[in-house]
Amino acid sequence: MPASPDLTATQANPVSTFTSSIRLKLRVPARLRNLELVLLVLAIGIDLGAIALVQLGVSGELEFGVLSLMGALGVLLLGMHVALRLVAPDADALILPIITVLNGLGIAMIYRLDLGDGASGWDSAGIRQMVWTAIAVVLAIAVLVVIRNHRVLQRYRYVAMLSGIVLLILPMLPLIGTVKNGARLWVEIGPFSFQPGELGKVALAVFFAGYLVTARDSLSMVGRRILGMQFPRARDLGPILVVFAASMLVLIFQRDLGTALLYFGLFLVMLYVATGRSSWIVLGLTLFVVGAFVASRLLSYVGGRVDAWLDAFNPEIYDARGGSYQLVQGLFGFADGGILGTGLGRGSPGITPLAESDYIVSALGEELGLIGIFAILGLYLLFVSRGFRIGFAGQDDFGRLLGVGLAFVIALQVFVVIGGVTRVIPLTGLTTPFLAAGGSSLVANWIIAALLLRLSDTVRNQPLLVVEPDSRPGVNA
Amino acid sequence: MNKELKRVSTVVLLLFIALFVSTTVIQVLAADSLKADARNSRTLYASYSAQRGPILVDGQPIAYSEAADDQYKFQRIYSNGPLYAPVTGYLTLNQGNTGIESALNSYLSGTSNNQFLDQVNSLLTGQTPKGAAVELTIDPVIQQAAWDALGDYQGAVIAIDPATGAILAMVSKPTFDPNLLAVHDTNAVIDTYNTLLEDPTGPLFNRTLAGALDPPGSTFKLVVAAAALESGQYTADSAFPNLSELPLPQSSSIVRNASQGTCGSGDTVTIATALRLSCNIPFAELGSELGYRTILEQANAFGFNESISVPLTSTQSVYPRVLDAPRTMLSSFGQDEVRASPLQMAMVSMAIANGGEIMRPNLVESIVSPDLTPIETFTPEVFRRAISQQTASTMAQLMVDAVSTGVASNARIDGVEVAGKTGTAQNGEDDPYSLWFTGFAPANDPKVVVAVVVQNGGGLGQNGGSNEIPAPIGRKVLEAVLSQ
Repeated sequence: MPASPDLTATQANPVSTFTSSIRLKLRVPARLRNLELVLLVLAIGIDLGAIALVQLGVSGELEFGVLSLMGALGVLLLGMHVALRLVAPDADALILPIITVLNGLGIAMIYRLDLGDGASGWDSAGIRQMVWTAIAVVLAIAVLVVIRNHRVLQRYRYVAMLSGIVLLILPMLPLIGTVKNGARLWVEIGPFSFQPGELGKVALAVFFAGYLVTARDSLSMVGRRILGMQFPRARDLGPILVVFAASMLVLIFQRDLGTALLYFGLFLVMLYVATGRSSWIVLGLTLFVVGAFVASRLLSYVGGRVDAWLDAFNPEIYDARGGSYQLVQGLFGFADGGILGTGLGRGSPGITPLAESDYIVSALGEELGLIGIFAILGLYLLFVSRGFRIGFAGQDDFGRLLGVGLAFVIALQVFVVIGGVTRVIPLTGLTTPFLAAGGSSLVANWIIAALLLRLSDTVRNQPLLVVEPDSRPGVNA
Repeated sequence: MNKELKRVSTVVLLLFIALFVSTTVIQVLAADSLKADARNSRTLYASYSAQRGPILVDGQPIAYSEAADDQYKFQRIYSNGPLYAPVTGYLTLNQGNTGIESALNSYLSGTSNNQFLDQVNSLLTGQTPKGAAVELTIDPVIQQAAWDALGDYQGAVIAIDPATGAILAMVSKPTFDPNLLAVHDTNAVIDTYNTLLEDPTGPLFNRTLAGALDPPGSTFKLVVAAAALESGQYTADSAFPNLSELPLPQSSSIVRNASQGTCGSGDTVTIATALRLSCNIPFAELGSELGYRTILEQANAFGFNESISVPLTSTQSVYPRVLDAPRTMLSSFGQDEVRASPLQMAMVSMAIANGGEIMRPNLVESIVSPDLTPIETFTPEVFRRAISQQTASTMAQLMVDAVSTGVASNARIDGVEVAGKTGTAQNGEDDPYSLWFTGFAPANDPKVVVAVVVQNGGGLGQNGGSNEIPAPIGRKVLEAVLSQ
């Protein structure tokens, strides 16, 4: 702890009395890493416990192979903690434990579904998820180590833009792009397949934040008034609109309306936060509603999704191809869980198709109950709030905007997925961050977490200026 | 920026609140209706994870669940399936259950209200309760004896202890093997079931108390005689003209005795003789005099027109509620639209054997929870007083005479007074007869009441006799009981 410099003036210098009457205390932020260590150990314990409960629930005995794999992941996470101590000692203490719990619960549930299917080895989604988690954690550590100051990203915003577009276009390329479940989102190289669109959202968030910060003044103040709303000049908004429209088109042609919705929301929120103009929100939401309506009329599968949302229990819609069967089975799973849940390994989550990815939340809801779902929602909310905190407490606008953008993307994604599964909105096919099976999604979300940790480290690192009134005796106030 | 941030935070919070609400709606408010939806297979699977309780006869399981390797976790096994099929019924995965498997399903599956505390306990320990064990009143020796005695005939045998109502044997043929319906392959089960259903001999019916009931024929004379005695206006010696032919009013049909002549010798014939020799004409005359309402009342007192639960649910035996003169005559000897089950006719004999009081017939001895605490124990219960003590002892004597010197002679057992009544019931004009016997022994201290029906004429069309076919069957069952 550095000593507090004492700038008390000497009696002999009356000019400096005023300045010296301000006693500056440099306060170094408290060490958070110990708190994080405690929470992380607890989180790893929860993860191990979940896997053990799954094993006990399904077969009645523990199997140490999988438990030790989870233990190895735990060691890797402790490695990330050590990395944080070294390169980001003032980062937020809650983020890593939260995503450890979420990721671990996802792994436990995917593993449980494997046991129900009788899959093992490389076939089992659970083992693959663990491997992808390890890869994601390593990449997150790499991001933390390589990016020492987030302002670097602002300089590379156009690189981010290009890479975002490239990532989006990759699945459209003939050789490596493939169609899965009707959507052209995947790239397959050998045995590995990943969704570039997931990483694309990180790149575009960086680009939006970077561009909006530099252009925010001209965006919000310069421009023409049409219909009582301020519209910026084309040259200011142009680049960003072009990028955004291109992403939208690419996504719509790839039939991934969920990610399109995500990007749209991200764009709108960052635009609003950067410029402060609520007219944008109004315009944007109107455009979205019109677009959604048109899409549901023109695109048959979107119309099908809306039908399934509105009238899920109708026997015709239930039995139809691409109908509400999956949604209804997910709801049955939730209902079976009730408040307390059936217990890990004791329910039948495997009845719902694609329970390890789209419906991981239904599977968790069935086995962990409403209590479990509330806990998961609470963890997500806490994670998002830590990101928003960067927005509130940050010093530079780029960092604040990026933090808010990344946190909002997670929040919106959680809402879209869980809302779809619980019939708040129609289903879209997005994945639940950290929980669902999917390597690309894990990698992208862990990178988001790493960026948030880096941002929070910077926020904390700036010393807070505390101004105290002079309390020396004899000095006139 | 802060103002905007605050607004965005509020929006995010609202989004999450929507999620908290939607999940609560699904998992708490709508949970019951979602669970009850027919398309929800999870509720069904949950029932499979409890080990269903066994059904026991004399302490030995005749139906029990063994651990199985598949997703349904347990396999129901029936030892000696066809013998006990009418009693146990069948248990399928999702095509329904019958018999005791159905009637006592909540006890066997561990979900009855009496096992509520067990269920709470298992909620805390996280284990599913085992079902309770059901011990039946059936005596395996007598059940086997009845099965052997019925041989290849289509029909049913029921044996009941008149002092307590405990059912000692319940045999119905043709029968089926419930193991075939308990397999874990729904398609195979449906095929087997359809085959059984389409079988014209009707193996799925428990003929002791359900299915297409037969007319009781002359065994119904017991009811008419009892009605006469109960009215106070007749005794066993009340006489009627001894005709060889009796024209049926309002028709050209003629009522005849089985002997095709008069009922014994003499110009008049008593009720006692008419019962002993099982003559139709005296009873037709008696029935006309009594009127159908009196007979109806007496029949209802015996349990006709009423379904009872043993706990298997019986099909009502029928005495029509309104009859005209010719039909009253026909009903007096158990024809017209009178229908009875062996259980019903056994209850008639039970009244006579038990001083006029019918004890409630019952299959279940006790229900015991997995940790051996009794949940339910059977205590004998009076079903109804059907006739007075006096009438009962008179009727008992008449039935003894029917066996010792009457037409039910094949029911005689050396050294034992056997009371019995045979019956040969006509179905359609050219259809095979239904052959009956009901009785009890020893007459002075009855240990068992038996009722036998052999359908389809015993394979002999209209040539089989009730003394030749069902009476020996009844005798063998009585002997089995008495030799214990």
